[in-house]
Amino acid sequence: MPSVLEVQDLKTYFPVRKGLLRRTVGHVHAVDGVSFSIGAGETLGLVGESGCGKTTVGRSVLRLIEPTGGTIRLGGRDITRLGRAELRPFRREMQIIFQDPFSSLNPRMRAGDIVGEPLKVHGAVPGAERRNRVAALFARVGLSEAQMDNYPHQFSGGQRQRIGVARALALNPKLIVGDEPVSALDVSIQAQVINLLTDLQRELGLAYLFISHNLAVVEHISHRIAVMYLGRIVEHTDRETLFRKPLHPYTEALLAAVPVPDPAARRAKRVLQGDVPSPLHPPAGCHFHTRCPYAEARCRSETPRLREIEPGHHVACHLR
Amino acid sequence: MLVVENLQTRFYTRAGMVKAVDGVSFTLGRGETLAIVGESGCGKSVTALSLMRLVADPPGRIVGGSVRLEGTELLALDEAAMRRVRGKLVSMIFQEPMTSLNPVMTIGRQIGESLVLHEGLSRRAALARSVGLLQLVGIPEPAQRAREYPHQLSGGMRQRTMIAMALACRPRVLIADEPTSALDVTIQAQILELIGRLQRELGTAMIMITHDLGVVAETAERVIVMYAGRKVEEAAVGELFARPLHPYTRGLMNSIPRRAAVRLQEIPGMVPALSNLPPGCAFAPRCPQASAKCRAMEIPYEEKQPGHWAACLYA
Repeated sequence: MPSVLEVQDLKTYFPVRKGLLRRTVGHVHAVDGVSFSIGAGETLGLVGESGCGKTTVGRSVLRLIEPTGGTIRLGGRDITRLGRAELRPFRREMQIIFQDPFSSLNPRMRAGDIVGEPLKVHGAVPGAERRNRVAALFARVGLSEAQMDNYPHQFSGGQRQRIGVARALALNPKLIVGDEPVSALDVSIQAQVINLLTDLQRELGLAYLFISHNLAVVEHISHRIAVMYLGRIVEHTDRETLFRKPLHPYTEALLAAVPVPDPAARRAKRVLQGDVPSPLHPPAGCHFHTRCPYAEARCRSETPRLREIEPGHHVACHLR
Repeated sequence: MLVVENLQTRFYTRAGMVKAVDGVSFTLGRGETLAIVGESGCGKSVTALSLMRLVADPPGRIVGGSVRLEGTELLALDEAAMRRVRGKLVSMIFQEPMTSLNPVMTIGRQIGESLVLHEGLSRRAALARSVGLLQLVGIPEPAQRAREYPHQLSGGMRQRTMIAMALACRPRVLIADEPTSALDVTIQAQILELIGRLQRELGTAMIMITHDLGVVAETAERVIVMYAGRKVEEAAVGELFARPLHPYTRGLMNSIPRRAAVRLQEIPGMVPALSNLPPGCAFAPRCPQASAKCRAMEIPYEEKQPGHWAACLYA
């Protein structure tokens, strides 16, 4: 499968400024050497807890945040250092769906204009045809043409997220980054949006980078999954393997922590102790060693590389 | 111990009168955990706020029903008497620990506040007890932490602080309104474990309000499912998950993403606006089994099997 997106050794650092002169006193390594690729029709799930850098990966890939290092290839072309104008044609090919359907739609624009905006900005479809195109997009995501003239506040959360999906689809992108696209929705509505995304992928061969903290959702929608902890990928493999045979102690703990909707499965579980350390001062060596039940001396000093332990199963742990 | 009967809470808004809680009844035994589950707007949080008499008036008002705690009718108490109940007999923990803590007061003083108020402790003695409570909820270096402010703590530690505060006076009933929804899963597991352990140790009864069926399955003994301000189903937790009777409950369970990549079952449509409820069963417009009868008549809430109640003609 040819890759739609190829990311190599992506690094995004944020400066930390202090004092009157706002001098840079250090850097937060939000994304610290992340590599992956996504093929057409494929979904890569990116999971991790708050502050692990998953959102920053998504935004860096789209060049909404400037990456500090590494390369991003979209359809084989290196877009990492393209200027604004050069990047424009590539922007059409990659779109984003945001988490919050309330703050990501302009409250003063009609829903139809919101969805038509990318067509206008990119001059993709002339004015007269635009309304038809938008109507088709509305129909595709399960909204009616009559709703095009309504304002965002007239829609429910699930419908707003459909508007977000329609907007992302407007320019026929190849890649869609979903940043927690269903996390703000009720479960019954969440299922509707997940099914919509799955159908669209099958029809249009879209590549998805699906960012979420919800393991059940990620498991349902992804083909492959990468687990992040404090800016690094700690495990990366196909869905079945990850859930059947997690190898990294963090993945293991993460899976064990998810409450299972089955009272018969209630069990005494080993709960991971402590908080996620501050990304400003991550622990030396393996970032996870402060919470890892198996950590050894080596884990505290030496950073584990992401190694292919079994075919297609990458793990960053000294002990595996 | 806690008996709630026919509780009715309404909001008077510009869009009209809204029955946020419409005839909810339940009982809670000593040390028992009852979960109230439902989606946004189903009335589960307003039910909790009504028990605490914390519904803002206006626009809200408790217009009927009864809430008896060990025989005392809470709805009849004046505000001063109610203040002696809150934090002492019934406490509440909220979803968002950052907005529920006072940002300009040290956490030691915040925890101690209810001890000063309800148990007449001196400030100094209350602070000493706070340190003990912080230790109980698993906060490292409690003496140091007691002098800190909420912004200096992580999300998980703030939630631990809220739990310490809620349990300071060993209340009979703890109401937890989505206590772990804002937390990461590994921290959620820690907090659920902590709540369970303290509940066992102190014998506190708990009402767990959540939208997460996973949390329900792991914490509750009995479950109430709410939809559009009403109870639609109620059963012991094992029974409910094994034999959900109401189509809404079944729909909720089928919408949870599971292992296999089979297509998720969706509940079509959306939750109706409470200001504009259809006559008859509020779920009928989204229900695959609904008949003309469901849309016309008031649906009785009946015991379909011993201890298993549902409001559905076809259950």
